[in-house]
Amino acid sequence: MEILSLLADGFAVALTPQNLFLSVLGCFLGTLMGALPGLGPANGVAILIPIAFSLGLGPTPSLILLTSVYYGAMYGGRISSILLNIPGDEPAMMTCLDGYPMAQQGKAGEALSLSGVASFVGAFVATCGLVLLAPQLVKIALLFGPAEYFVLFTVAFATLGGISSTNQAKSAFAAALGLGIAMIGSDSQTGSQRFTFGHIHLYDGIDFLIAIVGLFALSEVFIFLEHHRGGAASAGTAKVGRIMPDFSMIKRCIPSMARGTGLGFFAGVLPGAGASLGSFLAYSLEKQAVDRDGKTFGKGDPRGVAAPEAGNNAASGGALVPMLALGVPGSGTTAVLLAVLLQLNITPGPLLFTKNPDVVWGLIAALFLANFILLAMNIPLVGIFTRVLMVPTRILMPVVAMISFVGIYSITGSTFDVMLMVGFGVAGWLLRKLEVPLVPVILGILLGNQMEVNLRRAMTISDGDWLILVGSPLTIILWIIAITGFVLPMLLGRRVKKRMEAARNEEEFVGD
Amino acid sequence: MFMKFARLGAIAVAASLAGTTGALAEFKPENPQCIAPSNPGGGWDFICRTTAKYLFDLGVIEDSMQVTNMSGGGGGVAFAHVTKERNEDNNLIVAASMSTSARIAQGIYEGAKQDDVHFLATFGAEYGAIAVQADSKYETLTQMMEDILADPKSVGIAGGSSVGSFDHIKPMLVAREAGMEDVTKLKYVSYSGGGEAMTGLLSGSVEALSGDFSEMLGFLESGDIRIIGILAPERLKNYPDIPTAKEQGYDVVGANWRGLYMPAGATDEAKEFWKNAIMTMAEDPGFQAALEEAAIEPFNNFGDDMQNFVAGSIADVEKLSREIGIIE
Repeated sequence: MEILSLLADGFAVALTPQNLFLSVLGCFLGTLMGALPGLGPANGVAILIPIAFSLGLGPTPSLILLTSVYYGAMYGGRISSILLNIPGDEPAMMTCLDGYPMAQQGKAGEALSLSGVASFVGAFVATCGLVLLAPQLVKIALLFGPAEYFVLFTVAFATLGGISSTNQAKSAFAAALGLGIAMIGSDSQTGSQRFTFGHIHLYDGIDFLIAIVGLFALSEVFIFLEHHRGGAASAGTAKVGRIMPDFSMIKRCIPSMARGTGLGFFAGVLPGAGASLGSFLAYSLEKQAVDRDGKTFGKGDPRGVAAPEAGNNAASGGALVPMLALGVPGSGTTAVLLAVLLQLNITPGPLLFTKNPDVVWGLIAALFLANFILLAMNIPLVGIFTRVLMVPTRILMPVVAMISFVGIYSITGSTFDVMLMVGFGVAGWLLRKLEVPLVPVILGILLGNQMEVNLRRAMTISDGDWLILVGSPLTIILWIIAITGFVLPMLLGRRVKKRMEAARNEEEFVGD
Repeated sequence: MFMKFARLGAIAVAASLAGTTGALAEFKPENPQCIAPSNPGGGWDFICRTTAKYLFDLGVIEDSMQVTNMSGGGGGVAFAHVTKERNEDNNLIVAASMSTSARIAQGIYEGAKQDDVHFLATFGAEYGAIAVQADSKYETLTQMMEDILADPKSVGIAGGSSVGSFDHIKPMLVAREAGMEDVTKLKYVSYSGGGEAMTGLLSGSVEALSGDFSEMLGFLESGDIRIIGILAPERLKNYPDIPTAKEQGYDVVGANWRGLYMPAGATDEAKEFWKNAIMTMAEDPGFQAALEEAAIEPFNNFGDDMQNFVAGSIADVEKLSREIGIIE
């Protein structure tokens, strides 16, 4: 087969000692960067670009180093999500929801290994998909016009409702809050300023990482301060637990990984969607599929870790499809990788696969390699990572605060952003008190602009005719998914509530 | 009016060749940075990537140049960042083009004036083009304009930049030539970047695409699109099959210059250094070959020529925008 021989050529390039070393180095640095909040895959790759170039590496070694960092960061993002409830990067956010409760229950080791395996499955399948389907997948991406994108984002919001709260009204409020925050900044369609009050730091809008770290990590610190009241160190120092999950747990998670991988890859292929949407959809649809009553999800269900991790890593592979084949990046990181290609005088686009096959197949071989290295690297390291949890909370919490401050300051080097993060921390604390779920807020900030821009484009194209939003079979299918996802939890919720109450009385459920 | 640019350009080339290229030794850049005010992949990004590569390869700068993408507000975010936060930075250059001067002219960069930054140089220009899908019913620009005149809503035109940008002005000028009375009725769909606008065209969301020729090149060669009109004075040497708008009866030339600016508060030594650096780059045969490959024509303005050129460009766009009704 032609593909196999091309891939073999790619491996021949990727397996030279120098490139192998670069790959290991990239994976290690990437995992490290992914784990630190503030340094996501995009920043990680961006930081290493000048280093790669000043080392005088050729195009293929540079690409191998940088893609290893990319995949490594996607793996690493989950570590701080699970251990500290601070997502290392935005797609890893969903992993917090069940990963952190698992860690609190003393299952940190299992959560980390399981998510490592799920990451591997997602990324591996996505890379295979990239090899086999890239040209066909581009056609799928082109089925999506502005109206379809808008409805796709609506699906994300509609299915989200049930995620972290059974109260749809509170979820809707939280999503509206996020969408409102997303309005801040320069309007990309006309360039006019909205809610910036002439403040230069607001021109670019609010970085979602600031919001994520504030709402999740810092509010955790505030909650700790509140409960602690100067008493002794909390008794809840978590046990690390076993490192490898037992086989039955992995087996139970296989369907979750499969669904997560499929959804994530699909979201990744769409240039307007990306990895965050991939892990959001993977998580929320997984919840709808296996846990309609909201009994276990959000309380440490391993499937809630496996699905989004498989999803976000599959999306990272899928995002390479439009980047390579159309020259349109599907995520922040692929945007940076696109820049790298351009700098190497390689122009991605419809002709890349025919013009530069060596680069494409070298890159793909590097991705496969990075995947195996990361799996091999991550499983033994779990034991080291989990030591973090042995640290008493009274020491861990200041460290969390410090990591948050340093991480955010490193993004822009501006104290304004740090103050903003503190503001989000206080807001997060307040919202938690009111039992308003935080995830929809983030989702609103993250996807709000894309959603708005696509709606406006659709409206321009249709001359203000709202019917364009139901104007194609694809939009109608997406609407059905969205409406089902929004209404079903409400209907089922009522029926199930009684059963839940009963169950709740019987078994003291774990976590809070 | 765009012919004027070409004339100015010719003068500028002569002036730059006659002028001295001796670099002042006092200034040495440290950790130089180039800001591309767009996402990767667009024209501004190309400027920074190419400049960073050639300045380093030619040994003009010793440290490799970091390229930062700062998108938003059609370059307004980067412009504000430079004027308000980095005004005295000697090690910063920023990619600029026709869009930059057009937006200053239209007041889109809130309260910005030409003098807020120091325009360093142009090194190239490329012509705008209007493309349709390869299987589109429009074979010529004339056919499309007839439909637009009959019903402006029937043809959506995508562009990789905001409303009122140069990508928007170009089809407006063609429509005005075609006899359209209110060219603001033209249906322009704004995308964030040339790449996204191209997917808009390929997915069939819009009927046509207005952009720069270089952005369309890959898709033209792969047979995905057809260029029905290039806004050049005559057919391009390397692409003689593409008809100009002019030969189809629309006397419009849309030339998009490519260049760089730097903070106004930088020292004179730094300004001189970067001007000479870009001059060295523009004279390098390798760089000229790279421009040709990207379908960008050499177009050089330096120093005082550059100030005059940008001032002229701003005045032209302002006049035009007033006529078309984009600004009052």
